[in-house]
Amino acid sequence: MTEEIIIAGFGGQGVLSMGKILAYSGIMQNKEVSWMPSYGPEMRGGTANVTVIVSDERISSPVLNLFDTAIILNQQSMDKFENTVKKGGYLIYDGNGITRHPVRKDINIYRIDAADEASKIGLTKVFNMMVLGGYLKLKPIVSDEYIRKGLEKSLPMRHHSLIPENEKAIEIGKKLIKPVQVL
Amino acid sequence: MAEITREEIIKPENLVYKKTDLLVDRALSYCPGCGHGTVHRMLMEVIEEMDIQSQTIGIAPVGCSVLAYEFLDIDMQQAAHGRAPALATAIKRLMPEKYVFTYQGDGDLAAIGTAETIHACNRGENIVIIFINNGIYGMTGGQMAPTTLPGMKASTCPYGRDTQIMGNPLKITELVATLPGTCYVTRHSVHTPANVRKTKRAIRKAFELSYANKGVSFVEVVSNCNSGWKMTPVQSNKWMEENMFPYYPLGDIKVPTV
Amino acid sequence: MKELRLMKGNEAIAEAAIRAGADGYFGYPITPQSEILEYLMVQKPYETTGMVVLQAESEVAAINMVYGGASCGKKCWTSSSSPGISLKQEGISYMAGAELPALIVNVVRGGPGLGTIQPSQSDYFQATKGGGHGDYRLLVLAPASVQEMADFVPLAFELAFKYRNPAMILTDGVIGQMMEKVELQEFVPRWTQEEINKISPWATTGKTRDRERNIITSLDLDSNKQERHVLSLERKYKAMEDNEVRFEKIQCDDAEYLLVAFGSSARICQKAVDLARAKGIKVGLLRPITLFPFPKIPLYKLAHQVKGMLTVEMNLGQMVEDVRLAVNGKVKVEHFGRYGGIIPNPEEVVNILETKIIGA
Repeated sequence: MTEEIIIAGFGGQGVLSMGKILAYSGIMQNKEVSWMPSYGPEMRGGTANVTVIVSDERISSPVLNLFDTAIILNQQSMDKFENTVKKGGYLIYDGNGITRHPVRKDINIYRIDAADEASKIGLTKVFNMMVLGGYLKLKPIVSDEYIRKGLEKSLPMRHHSLIPENEKAIEIGKKLIKPVQVL
Repeated sequence: MAEITREEIIKPENLVYKKTDLLVDRALSYCPGCGHGTVHRMLMEVIEEMDIQSQTIGIAPVGCSVLAYEFLDIDMQQAAHGRAPALATAIKRLMPEKYVFTYQGDGDLAAIGTAETIHACNRGENIVIIFINNGIYGMTGGQMAPTTLPGMKASTCPYGRDTQIMGNPLKITELVATLPGTCYVTRHSVHTPANVRKTKRAIRKAFELSYANKGVSFVEVVSNCNSGWKMTPVQSNKWMEENMFPYYPLGDIKVPTV
Repeated sequence: MKELRLMKGNEAIAEAAIRAGADGYFGYPITPQSEILEYLMVQKPYETTGMVVLQAESEVAAINMVYGGASCGKKCWTSSSSPGISLKQEGISYMAGAELPALIVNVVRGGPGLGTIQPSQSDYFQATKGGGHGDYRLLVLAPASVQEMADFVPLAFELAFKYRNPAMILTDGVIGQMMEKVELQEFVPRWTQEEINKISPWATTGKTRDRERNIITSLDLDSNKQERHVLSLERKYKAMEDNEVRFEKIQCDDAEYLLVAFGSSARICQKAVDLARAKGIKVGLLRPITLFPFPKIPLYKLAHQVKGMLTVEMNLGQMVEDVRLAVNGKVKVEHFGRYGGIIPNPEEVVNILETKIIGA
């Protein structure tokens, strides 16, 4: 199994930390992982993205052109990454702020309105975990048990009290994600 | 009067004065009349009297004293031009139990090494900086230095330093005295026996303060460069008194508050 | 069991240095390697192992602090990225001349000039051919994973002290910024003064009565002596070439074509090998791990086996010159590069291999 993912959105949406939790969970489940962020001034207020690879084998290139899954959280990222999803791959997006929805018919498209839901129920800080939950529903590449271990490892000790909240968000995300039919 | 033989003269009981053993037994490479040799000697006398040879690490600069390690019988490092305070910073931080000093000229300390000088002084490194200011680049053949006086001639200001074109002489000693990291900033000379004794006392005080972790002790010695100034040693000392001292007045600029 | 962590390459280097018993780090911030100094300041090794950490006023000061510390026989290191490494070159040359062991990390970004903060490999020449003035070489290690970032820190110190020569870890923004899992080695205590006296009797630690004074200098105004010094340096570099060549061969046994790449480019080429083999092209990868000494002999041997070689580098073609020297005209060697911070992708590597080497 090798899963190559791009997660992209605005800086501050928790793109990098979502990737980090996924990567750490992969390690806990004894998988090979890599996490390669965009870096530099574009991260300050602009777009941020991270390539995460989780695999049973040694990972070759940490930098990729095509992905099994793209998780897209803003319009710029939609424009940039829709066409980088491999044929038959997955595109997951949050509809908040999206003005041009995906149009490809050769991939599986899913929508998760996590931003709306998170603000509705007052869980905006763990919005990214909802999105991660939605992804894991489609691609359970790491089990819930190891996601918890990944959270423990990647969150600093002083934030461990927030782990239940994160897990709750993941569960909500699993229910929130819906397939989109491109006509 | 009876002839005194060589053997009698060198008998220990006839010894009235000798150079310190910490000066290596070889001819100095400095021009006759230059102040470097005297400062070297005062430095080594202080180290001998404090009995700190095994605890002292010195840093030679680029300039006339680039070969200082040839004459001083202590462990020494030779630094890239201007960087001696950076070396000293690391040595003292890695070996806080040592005495660490730099020995630098005006070009090294106040031109190319200004950043290292200011920042080592500002951080308050517990080191001694000995600064020889003769207002000229001696080793490279008498070019203008940051401390060359207005109107003073050098090979790169052959008609005298024109401050409109070449800027002003830098009083870096006064400048470092304003920094919180310096504890003792003083200016001396070695052109008369009385001044030599004062310089030696200042060097000793500087070593003691640095060991007590008081910050940077900065000892400037205004010196002559009879070769570079194209004068005899005697003329150069007189010229120094008349021209250098008014611009670079001798005395303490900053003393530690008790 | 060794400790397993998910770390950025830059963090792994910093953690590895603490664990390797390093005595002092002196640095200056520059993207994409500032995490090194930041990580050290968070960890505060000066309170645990006693390692000194200091943010210097410039790269120039930082490398000269390393010079001062290394002259005392201490394990000192610095890190920077391309423009900062250019500033350090004077100090590096002095250290090579004065035969001082130290570690310099270059997390390369694209140039020339201020260039870009994105990854590049355009400092290959600077790292492997000397970099500063004068006849000298650095030992140059090129990690291709976060694990190797950590592993090469103690290795670099070991080699630096073995040869009394500065060693460089030449990496780039990809390896520096990415996170992978790392097995961290156990803590090695810092050397005691007694150990330093034994390992580095040349060090300036304060002259005691039982020995002559120690002098650290790169100066000798006597040309005959200076010539002898340069020749002794040459013997040292020759010994490195005889003993320290490190490389990795991937799928080379039946290879008809060869990719040659180091660092992050080698990772991309690994994927390209898989893609090419899926298309039925028998291609292998030789990854130099030491860039100096360069794996000339393994390349020369492979030149008798393969029909062509392609180097993949994020530069205009630097390592390709060493590959051509190594194979000495035996096979065709071409170069493929991307510039200005653009990372080549595996698909285009295969494409170039097909057009420039196989189809040509």
